Amino acid sequence: MIDKEWLPEGVQRCSFGKFMIWLAIWGAILLWGVYGMYLVLSKGLVTTNLNNYFGFGLWITFDLAVIALGAGAFFSGFLKYIVGIKELENIINLAVIVGFICYVGAMLVLVLDIGQPLRAWFGYWHPNVHSMLTEVIFCITCYCTVLLIEYIPIILENRKLSQNLFIRKLAHNFHIFMPLFAGVGTFLSCFHQGSLGGMYGVLFGRPFAYREGFFIWPWTFFLFVVSAIASGPAFTMLIATLMEKISGRKLVSYDVKMLMGKIAGSLLCFYIFFKILDTWYWATVTLPKMGLTFDQVFNNNAGFGKWLLWTEIGLCGVIPAILLIVPKFRRIPVLLYTAAILDCIGIVINRYVFTVQTCAAPVLPFDKWHSYTPNWVEWITSIEIIAFGVIVLSLSYRYLPLFPQERQLNKS
Amino acid sequence: MEHKEFKVKWGMVIDIDKCTGCGACMVACQAENNIAPMQDGSDKTMTLTWMLVYELSNGKPFPDHEIAYLPRPCMQCGKPSCSTVCPVVATTKDEEGGIVSQIYPRCIGCRYCMAACPYHARYFNWYDPKWPKGLDKTLNISASPRPRGVVEKCTFCHHRFMEAKEKARYEGKDPLKLPEDAYIPACAEICPTGAIVFGDLNNPEHKVAKLAKSKYAFRLLERLGTDPQVYYYSKREWVRRLADNYLSTEKTKGE
Repeated sequence: MIDKEWLPEGVQRCSFGKFMIWLAIWGAILLWGVYGMYLVLSKGLVTTNLNNYFGFGLWITFDLAVIALGAGAFFSGFLKYIVGIKELENIINLAVIVGFICYVGAMLVLVLDIGQPLRAWFGYWHPNVHSMLTEVIFCITCYCTVLLIEYIPIILENRKLSQNLFIRKLAHNFHIFMPLFAGVGTFLSCFHQGSLGGMYGVLFGRPFAYREGFFIWPWTFFLFVVSAIASGPAFTMLIATLMEKISGRKLVSYDVKMLMGKIAGSLLCFYIFFKILDTWYWATVTLPKMGLTFDQVFNNNAGFGKWLLWTEIGLCGVIPAILLIVPKFRRIPVLLYTAAILDCIGIVINRYVFTVQTCAAPVLPFDKWHSYTPNWVEWITSIEIIAFGVIVLSLSYRYLPLFPQERQLNKS
Repeated sequence: MEHKEFKVKWGMVIDIDKCTGCGACMVACQAENNIAPMQDGSDKTMTLTWMLVYELSNGKPFPDHEIAYLPRPCMQCGKPSCSTVCPVVATTKDEEGGIVSQIYPRCIGCRYCMAACPYHARYFNWYDPKWPKGLDKTLNISASPRPRGVVEKCTFCHHRFMEAKEKARYEGKDPLKLPEDAYIPACAEICPTGAIVFGDLNNPEHKVAKLAKSKYAFRLLERLGTDPQVYYYSKREWVRRLADNYLSTEKTKGE
């Protein structure tokens, strides 16, 4: 293999040619997405299916979903470096890279989504300290930098690069300060997840999203934080499993996966309990105060039936919470993976309804329900982020020592 | 965010019983505020209609069927849902007069304000504004055109307010005590039936201040707490009931 000396020591990788074909496929998708970006940036948002009713659509849903699923990075970092759960070192590198991909992807999507991308820095120049979105802008940019700082030492551990003494020492120094960055990352990402939830909860003009809360924070602030850390570790574990299926090699021991499942399950139980309470209070107190009934904020014909709520809370909330929290179920791989998938789907539905159903539900009594379907430009630019993620992850897996257990697990 | 009180509070009272739905207010608004003609105006979810006339129906079959027209400008809310959420302070409510501003050169086009506004009074510039040859000569030099990618909305023809204050200063009068006819938005000026009355809600001498206190006066979605500065007026109970969301057991406000 041409790149043999760049590969981590003692592990097997596919041939260079095969790897190039894999990269070319995803590269082609990425290029298609770049064309979509070009269309949006040159011709404007009129190239999408967004409109005056749906100012937020697929992109913001995608953004919120990947940010939540990428929470495995900060939470695993917190548990490993601050709480001291040592077993997580076997998956922390992957969690950091997945988090990095999710955050970079979210930033790219946001650049497309705003009408004046060249003014994106105004969030720092003219900040409105009362806006949850200002907090989002601060946190996403700062935490993306932190994730980059956390990713760099993993890159520096490449076999060839680390032959250089300076790089080796630099990587070592990065590692020394990693608990500090893990702490800063935890703070930033926590507030980021929360402010994304707060963004919707404060919308007192939108009964579907509005929530009362504690001091200046609506309940959605806290629910978004907990739901993110309840799905992030599950998503990281699923990515590890998917990588195992694709590469045909064992990368993480099942014990570590069960631990990730247990973390996600415990938090999902906590989350779903409060989510049910929140929904009940909203349906029986908040909505009637605004003159609306629970039935009025759902509409099957527009594609926003109650089935979405039952799927989110029941099928993708209560069921995975039980499957993940009971050790007997967790020990069965198919149940662990199914529960993790349901957990992630539930959180995506949550972000979708808060983003799109909020805009679709009429508030003026003489207005009507609206529907929204994203067009190909919105889809391809979102898929582009997935392609970007696959490429970054593929390169990282091939050239960096991501999984400390890999050699041991594949000895036979 | 704190709820600011102003000495002068510009407001409207729109008499729905007088409105014929002719749409002159919409046209006047578009011309006055340099809203470019759309390439395709058939998709109403993409158009810029700072002033939009809704058709209301009592939902009853003939012969009891009744309709009404409800012109909807920006409500210039006392407690705006939009300005509090804007991440870059591109929309504020801090000027004497209580008009919610929109600062186009600062707007980043995130559309969070649009998601926040329950009245759909905010519009995004999906297209580059283009005026057909010759029509550009009709542009109003007092109102700045907006580029693609920013949000815009009714400002009660704020440039007219600026001009009225300037004139008052020039004449040695107090710009904060403008007489009723010194400053009128284009929609109120053009309305052929006089359905739109405009003035200072805090000035008891102004007609709007009296009309807003009528038992037939109401505001849109009052129970959300936005405290709009636009009032409506109708003697028809079904019209007033359509102004807000009510549970079936609740009585219409004022009944």
